[in-house]
Amino acid sequence: MSFVSRGFRGKRRDEGPSDRVPPGQYLVDDFPVLSAGPTPRTPLEEWDFALTGDIGEPKRWTWEEFLALPSETLTKDIHCVTKWSKLDTVWEGVAIDTLLEDIETSAEYATAFCDGGYTTNVPLEDLTDGKAWVAYNYDGEPLDPEHGGPARLLVPHLYFWKSAKWVRGLRLADEDEPGFWESLGYHMYGDPWREQRYWGD
Amino acid sequence: MEEQDLKLDGNSAAGLFRELFSFELTTARGRCDNCGAVAEVGAVLVFANAPGSVLRCPQCESVLMRIAKNGERYWLDVRGITWLEIQA
Amino acid sequence: MARAAVLGRLVLTPIRWQLCDVAELIDETPQVKTIILDAPDWPGHRAGQHVDVRLTAEDGYQAQRSYSIASAPEDELLAITVEKLDDGEVSPYLAEELRVGDKLELRGPIGGYFVWDAQQGGPLLLVGGGSGVVPLVSMLRHRAAVAPSVPARLLYSARSLDDVIYRAELDGFDVVYTLTREQPAGWTGFARRVDDAMLREVADPNAEGLAYVCGPTRFVEAVADGLVGVGYAPENVRTERFGPTGG
Repeated sequence: MSFVSRGFRGKRRDEGPSDRVPPGQYLVDDFPVLSAGPTPRTPLEEWDFALTGDIGEPKRWTWEEFLALPSETLTKDIHCVTKWSKLDTVWEGVAIDTLLEDIETSAEYATAFCDGGYTTNVPLEDLTDGKAWVAYNYDGEPLDPEHGGPARLLVPHLYFWKSAKWVRGLRLADEDEPGFWESLGYHMYGDPWREQRYWGD
Repeated sequence: MEEQDLKLDGNSAAGLFRELFSFELTTARGRCDNCGAVAEVGAVLVFANAPGSVLRCPQCESVLMRIAKNGERYWLDVRGITWLEIQA
Repeated sequence: MARAAVLGRLVLTPIRWQLCDVAELIDETPQVKTIILDAPDWPGHRAGQHVDVRLTAEDGYQAQRSYSIASAPEDELLAITVEKLDDGEVSPYLAEELRVGDKLELRGPIGGYFVWDAQQGGPLLLVGGGSGVVPLVSMLRHRAAVAPSVPARLLYSARSLDDVIYRAELDGFDVVYTLTREQPAGWTGFARRVDDAMLREVADPNAEGLAYVCGPTRFVEAVADGLVGVGYAPENVRTERFGPTGG
């Protein structure tokens, strides 16, 4: 490293407590908005959440039915592959465990599919046992469209690109199918604690 | 930040293109494989506030091209473009 | 140092970062500064192109942003004009910390779409919103240097007269202002956002020639649609969207 811009410090980059902030990350105060496309605007009366693929019967909930499901409020740390982390974020949503309650499947993987065409793949065991939710409130308020509202997937133990915005369902399968970023160099699994950002990491 | 602020155009990706191509890509014409619209790459929509850059058709907003980068390693997906016409 | 006038299609040399010396700093407005640079390996540029600027902190952290070139291809030194964004990361450094004698790392020139070469002729309609006026002024300076008989008009949307960049210099051009937030006493010019009616008044009545539109995304899209609406051929309207995505 040779040249240094005299007097340049950049934004304050707090690395935070190392037991909570994974390697290579820094803390932010705001909630950065990242997007691969225009914000979808599906009216709630047209919205549904579906479970499809390697299950007996596809299952579907309308928005009203979804809100009637038992929900949880949870506080989680989140970590984006673009290096920002945010601690103690508060969400409310339905546990994937709840959605999969009556589902019989031998599938080992799921692909989340979303309005706007975004997809991401997650092993089913990373969505169950209290590890993932479909969240519709953030910080006590309905989830902003720019942050994925009306509902987004929330899988806090993996890099946040796995927490798919504008999620409309999960497709269960035996194979791990690379999603939008996973098919373009990003790690299939994405564990922030092992810094699994890209293929080969 | 307003939503519109996240949307730029091919001009903003010109520097990235120069890392990858030996010709000027922003003046190349391409056909959107989804809707058939033809435009110069400089006029397509670019969403770069993301883990990668996503180029979208100005007519139908479908994905034309995606580029991700990690240091000296690049990934490129051009499936959304039927053809590119380049005046090199 | 002679600048090569680079016209038409370019054979692109590989793009690389180079260190330049800050030769002069000019306060254009309270929020906007022009940085004059001595770039020893500068290959020349075309009006409308931009550079990427890269800042490196002591711990190795880097931030990179694009800025339009304000200088004409014929000018001796390279000039960029930077608007300071309040919660920006790079622009506050460039507008407030950078000093004459410092070095700045940049690469360029970049861009082949949003450019105007005098040999293309006109008439020219340039429509700029805020700092979108910067590449348009490069075009006007280029025209003044080599093709002053090409008809050219600039429609410039700014919040107030105090926000107008290159104010004195623009007096020498055919400029129509619209001041959207605040107007001086006795102002008889436009005082609203650019709309179709304004474009109809300002643009060539036969919608002849080339149009270049630059500024925030919303501005550019509304104006470009409007120009096509008043009869400009879409292929004659070129656009460049500016964003605060990382300032």
